[in-house]
Amino acid sequence: MAFLTDRKRAQGLGSAKEGTHHFWSMTVSSIALAILIPVFVFTIGPMIGQPHADVVAYLSRPFPAIVAGLTIVVGMLHFKNGATVMIEDYSRDLTRKVLIVGVTLLSYAVAATGLFALARLAL
Amino acid sequence: MVQLTLPKNSRMTAGKSWPRPQGANRLKKFQIYRYDPDTGDNPRVDTYWVDLDTCGPMVLDALIKIKNEIDPTLTFRRSCREGICGSCAMNIDGANTLACIKGMDEIKGDVKIYPLPHMPVIKDLIPDLTHFYAQHASIMPWLETKTNRPQKEWRQSIEDRKKLDGLYECVMCASCSTSCPSYWWNGDRYLGPAALLHAYRWIIDSRDEATGERLDALEDPFKLYRCHTIMNCAKTCPKGLNPAKAIAEIKKMMVERVV
Repeated sequence: MAFLTDRKRAQGLGSAKEGTHHFWSMTVSSIALAILIPVFVFTIGPMIGQPHADVVAYLSRPFPAIVAGLTIVVGMLHFKNGATVMIEDYSRDLTRKVLIVGVTLLSYAVAATGLFALARLAL
Repeated sequence: MVQLTLPKNSRMTAGKSWPRPQGANRLKKFQIYRYDPDTGDNPRVDTYWVDLDTCGPMVLDALIKIKNEIDPTLTFRRSCREGICGSCAMNIDGANTLACIKGMDEIKGDVKIYPLPHMPVIKDLIPDLTHFYAQHASIMPWLETKTNRPQKEWRQSIEDRKKLDGLYECVMCASCSTSCPSYWWNGDRYLGPAALLHAYRWIIDSRDEATGERLDALEDPFKLYRCHTIMNCAKTCPKGLNPAKAIAEIKKMMVERVV
């Protein structure tokens, strides 16, 4: 047990002087996804069940490829930020740090894989 | 950190059932959380019966009646009995509120009373609010000025004074903070709705000259940004205030500073 005053315990290590960037970044990506997701669904949706050659040809066109690429990148960025907040909420100490590193790596890996797959299809 | 089960020493056990009063026509059943640190026993829920014909209309009236006439060991805080002091905040019928302004006629069925959630319990319905008060103190709940003190008073326009309405009325009962899941999981670092409402009250006070320092002190992923707009605070506030809106306003001011 540490003999800390109540005030010292409440103040902790003081302000981290950050958090607003994360908050604003999530707000912006939310707005972007509110536009991108419906566009993605209506753009890529009709290709579900179509022959492989048609899908490849479709994704070779600039608009569907850019929409798909943006959705992957912005979606994963938003996922990373949101999952980080969730991890900060529910875990502590080393577990928290390990989970945040894990979710960050996973997000970038999924985004990179998606972009690579898209590039292979489109180019 | 999130905990889905109670610690062993906090698990509830069967409590004592007190006898019904004789000759009463309108009886109300009360189930009240009891915990005595001196015995070392786990908490329990005792059952009491109150004759509504000989009792005042509020839950606090019933608690006082139980303490005076049935069980003098029942322990709870109370003072003003009119919703001004904030002492008698507790969890009644599943929601945090002030016992003195919660009418028994608002409660269908048995009256279940517990201390404010997720706080250390000192005894029965008395939570330990030490950390809560220290967090309030940490936001500097006073007027900070750098300009030389004026000869008469710090002047404020009627419009600027109106901005404090809905904020200054907070009685620090802790109902909002202890209803907030973010405060449950991270109350050691998250300031909670009550402290943040007070912080906003001083941030937007036109006479205060420490706005930037106040925002600096709050800019933190835990102190401020644990609020996820769950809105339990606004729903439960016995004074009808909206801490979530105050927190959202602070976040807007933070964004104003960087974008």
